[in-house]
Amino acid sequence: MSTETRPETKESTSAPPPASGPMGRGGPGSFGMPLERSKDFGGTLRRLTIRLLPQWYRFVAVVVLSITSVTLTVLGPKLLGDGTNVIVKGLFHGGPGAIDFSKLHQILFLVVLLYLGAGTAQYIQAFTLAGVVQRTMQRLRSDVEDKLNRVPLQYVDRSGRGEILSRVTNDIDNLAQSLQQTMSQMLTNVFMLVGTVVMMFVISPVLAVVAIVTIPVSTFIIRFIAARARVRFTAQWDNTGLLNGLVEETLTGHAIVKTFGREREVEAEFQRTNNDLFEASYSAQSISSSIQPSMILVGNLNFVAIAVIGGLKVASHSLSIGGVQAFIQYSRQFAQPLSFLASMANLFQSGLASAERVFEFLDAEEFVPDAVGAVGPDRAKGRVVFDHVSFSYDPDRPLITDLSLVAEPGQTVAIVGPTGAGKTTLVNLIMRFYDVDSGAITLDGQDISKMPRSVLRSNIGMVLQDTWLFAGSIRDNIAYGNLDASEEQILAAAQAAYVDRFVHGLSHGYDTVVDDEGTAVSAGEKQLLTIARAFVANPCILILDEATSSVDTRTEVLIQNAMEALRAERTSFVIAHRLSTVRNADVILVMEDGQIVEVGHHTDLLRRDGAYARLYNAQFTGAAVEVT
Amino acid sequence: MKLIRLLRLYLRPYRRLLTLLVCLQGVQAMLNLYLPNLNARVIDEGVLKGNTHLIWSLGGQMLAVALVQAVFAIAAVFLGARIAMSFGRDIRNALFARSIRFSAREVNQLTAPSLITRLTNDVQQVQLLVVMSCTMVLAAPVTVVGGLILALHQNARMSWLLVASAPILGICLGILISRLIPQFRIMQERLDNVNQVLREQISGIRVVRAFVREPHETRRFAKVNDDLTHTSLVAGRLMAGMFPLVMLVVNVSNTAVVWFGANLIADRAMTIGSLIAFLTYFTLILMAIMMATFVVVMAPRAVVSSERITEVLHTETSVSPPKEPVRAFRTPGTLELRDVAFGYPGADALVLEGISFACGPGQTTAIVGSTGAGKTSLVNLVARLFDVTSGAVLLGGVDVRELDPDLLWHRIGLVPQRPHLFSGTVASNLRYGRPDAGDTDLWDSLEISQAADFVLAMGGLDARITQGGTNVSGGQRQRLSIARALVRRPDVYIFDDSFSALDLATDARLRAAMRPITAESSVLVVAQRISTIIAADQILVLEGGHQVGLGSHEALRQSSPTYAEIVASQMAQPDAA
Repeated sequence: MSTETRPETKESTSAPPPASGPMGRGGPGSFGMPLERSKDFGGTLRRLTIRLLPQWYRFVAVVVLSITSVTLTVLGPKLLGDGTNVIVKGLFHGGPGAIDFSKLHQILFLVVLLYLGAGTAQYIQAFTLAGVVQRTMQRLRSDVEDKLNRVPLQYVDRSGRGEILSRVTNDIDNLAQSLQQTMSQMLTNVFMLVGTVVMMFVISPVLAVVAIVTIPVSTFIIRFIAARARVRFTAQWDNTGLLNGLVEETLTGHAIVKTFGREREVEAEFQRTNNDLFEASYSAQSISSSIQPSMILVGNLNFVAIAVIGGLKVASHSLSIGGVQAFIQYSRQFAQPLSFLASMANLFQSGLASAERVFEFLDAEEFVPDAVGAVGPDRAKGRVVFDHVSFSYDPDRPLITDLSLVAEPGQTVAIVGPTGAGKTTLVNLIMRFYDVDSGAITLDGQDISKMPRSVLRSNIGMVLQDTWLFAGSIRDNIAYGNLDASEEQILAAAQAAYVDRFVHGLSHGYDTVVDDEGTAVSAGEKQLLTIARAFVANPCILILDEATSSVDTRTEVLIQNAMEALRAERTSFVIAHRLSTVRNADVILVMEDGQIVEVGHHTDLLRRDGAYARLYNAQFTGAAVEVT
Repeated sequence: MKLIRLLRLYLRPYRRLLTLLVCLQGVQAMLNLYLPNLNARVIDEGVLKGNTHLIWSLGGQMLAVALVQAVFAIAAVFLGARIAMSFGRDIRNALFARSIRFSAREVNQLTAPSLITRLTNDVQQVQLLVVMSCTMVLAAPVTVVGGLILALHQNARMSWLLVASAPILGICLGILISRLIPQFRIMQERLDNVNQVLREQISGIRVVRAFVREPHETRRFAKVNDDLTHTSLVAGRLMAGMFPLVMLVVNVSNTAVVWFGANLIADRAMTIGSLIAFLTYFTLILMAIMMATFVVVMAPRAVVSSERITEVLHTETSVSPPKEPVRAFRTPGTLELRDVAFGYPGADALVLEGISFACGPGQTTAIVGSTGAGKTSLVNLVARLFDVTSGAVLLGGVDVRELDPDLLWHRIGLVPQRPHLFSGTVASNLRYGRPDAGDTDLWDSLEISQAADFVLAMGGLDARITQGGTNVSGGQRQRLSIARALVRRPDVYIFDDSFSALDLATDARLRAAMRPITAESSVLVVAQRISTIIAADQILVLEGGHQVGLGSHEALRQSSPTYAEIVASQMAQPDAA
């Protein structure tokens, strides 16, 4: 897995203030490895359990099966011990010939049956549990996807795409894996512990007490070691994060590192971080791996204690030899779940930490749902009014204050201004990606905040500079604008947007598969595709963002023409970089520092000799192109 | 196999430690095996005969052995971790050293994200395998062989049971795993699909919402989600069989031991203590086999990872340093291309062909042309991120291939198409190419690049910059990237489409402010906007990798149809409309 996706903030699409605080937690460092443990262990565990509840009947079955399997397994050594006793009895009473073989075979046959039964029960248990876990994960994934449709864009813009993506993919993967691996074992082992203790008490309460002493001892050792390992693991993940960050930074900025002569420094820095990582992971690994030998030691100590005390008891005839044998097997069985649970604890913890991050996402604030019974025009005429609108991303930094503006149906509103002046904010408001703080925006006289978002947006077509294609054929990508579009409509849109021309040059025509990162189509062609998408959608209002870069001049002409054709008869808001657009616009909004500083027509604004005039003249410094 | 070769190569420095580890693990495993032997004697000679004294003395021995065993085991764990982690560190160092010496060509070929994954995830996979092997599996052969010998020693006539059940376990696990591995592969693909859809939904969230396609997206997601769940279920259910299967084989074998053991005891060919010891050996051996299979499950992923690592390690950089480097420029501040051609190895067509021009100190050469015309390749040739296929690039009168890379890369100021900032502060980014630059130098450069205002607003030179510069806007990033190049005051400035993220007014101010400081340097500007390049001393027009025009704006408008067309496309519109 792991195609690296970094949060990219293109100016054209997101102009909110920088994310508060340091880089998001999952940031660039976390390649599928959640860095921290859960903060609220109990709460997260409870929520996870609640998620398993809809399948409670399966879960009950799993518990019943676990108990069955454990009971059967636990009876095994006792019966085997009985078998030994039969042999011993024969030996003591009249030599080997006196062994009651038929009774022995009967017992052993029963033992095999028990084990078969236990194995089957355990298999069905794990089988069912796999279903429970996978279905729960399926639900969780679809809940997350659902949530994605309900979080305000603000959340996405703030947290960064990479951060959210890491939560919804890496964290769910990690959770699914750790649940799948630990659940079955945890259940079995917990029951096993209980069952074994019970059996040990049945055979010999004295020995059982001796064996049980190992529980606190083991727990103490495990906690002692785990506490020391935890610090090191944290250091390991921190260093992993640092290293990954450094690698990512160096390789994406490869040309800069090289041409700025920094190779040696960067390499030295890498080796330093790499060595820190080595130290941390070495001590984390060795300390945590000490748990197992330590547990073996405890097991062996226990074994000796049982052998000695058991031997004494046999000598005093208060315990049978088979009993000792069975007990030894139990005490082995008893140490096993403990060390198993210890090793699972880490994995489970990391799973819970992931679950917590996913829940955090699911808890994120949602946008205010559409009012019940809200209606809006199916096909608006396209009169858009800004009525004393104020808005800011950050209460401390007012962005738009008291903006009023009227766009009549069919008119073009050009938004111009220097980089970072907040031009995209207007787009965000019209689309209701963000809601206004005060005032209102109306469409055909109706307040858009009182319309269902879906109705409002169906009336608007949007072509952003930051093009977006999904992995699919060119046809499907165009049809995205209108899922009911006929083949003719798609073709017509493709022709209008000059897509048809280059599609014929592709090996599979309209069936050519493209994706967002793919190289099958160029940046300019992507633009044309998104324009075709808007054509198919046939909206009454348009939001256009004119490309500034990375498109060659000839394609740019095509894009220009296509956008112009698209604008015909529609109310259009254009983030304009081109003179032709600005000159012909019905209204020009000049923005500076988030404020609309001038509103008017090209010639009026030029005459005013203000911000627009400065902007307009600036692009022709030292050139007499205008004369042409 | 690539994995084996990689292991052999990078474990070689640790072969002494490895030998020691094998010894430690061997002793540890032997001691662990010796314990059941003592136990047998406790039962046979102590418990059965009621000899309490012997029980105490043998018990003491067992304790001593157990303690020594634990010490060896923990020492082995520490040593194993050390070897495995050193191995990982060394491979990462080797990979990084490789990748940083790559030319832009290799980086483009392997792609940065993929290189990053290889350096991190893939190394981790292989390292995990080594960790598991060192700490858990290395003892397995000793346990199996030693256990067999000791079991034989206890009773040779029972050993056929071992011979029978070990392969049964092996075969059962083998069948299970061979069915699991393809499922894992399919699962991985489907997981990628799920992540792909989610990634698209997040990156295209504005488009999805704008077209009200949420229900459509939900359906699309449900499909890939179902597919993944289906395969996960199949794999999970196969996995479910693993543990019960192992336990079943172990337990049934134990029962068989008692069954046949009873006959031997009846014949006085075996003692009870031996029987119990035999049971323990049996369990130890089968558990060791199970441990080994864990590694088998992990191996396929490690194999894939090792292939991806080896690919990087075997890729040679196409830009190698000169044997006898020239350490001084002959004519500082000049740049010349002589009949330059460039093509990717293996590709038929040349990306650039027949490019010749010269640029003196204080002169600006602009490069225009459509996408794919070879502009960025040309820039990369000048910065020696690639090497020419034929012809020569001369910087300061010296072929860049003969220049000392330190000199070359200290005299270039590159501003790439996609500005890239490093995490740190504004100052640390600006000093990237000149660590000794003073604050006034930094402010000067910020003034020129029209970045001083927003840097002040951000809180000055010490303002934080997040990784990739995501906390400043695209235009601001571009201006900081320009300032960073200006701080160096290099001999050659290269602006690869660096002004396009700026609005026209800022663009114009910036270029005007830059003029004085570039008086001694040659300037190379790649641009799309005519207004940006119109004042250049000469303009190079590229089309399809060929030089189709070279001259001033006015001259080219007359002589070059391609140029005239480009100009017309940008200028004619206002009048036509």
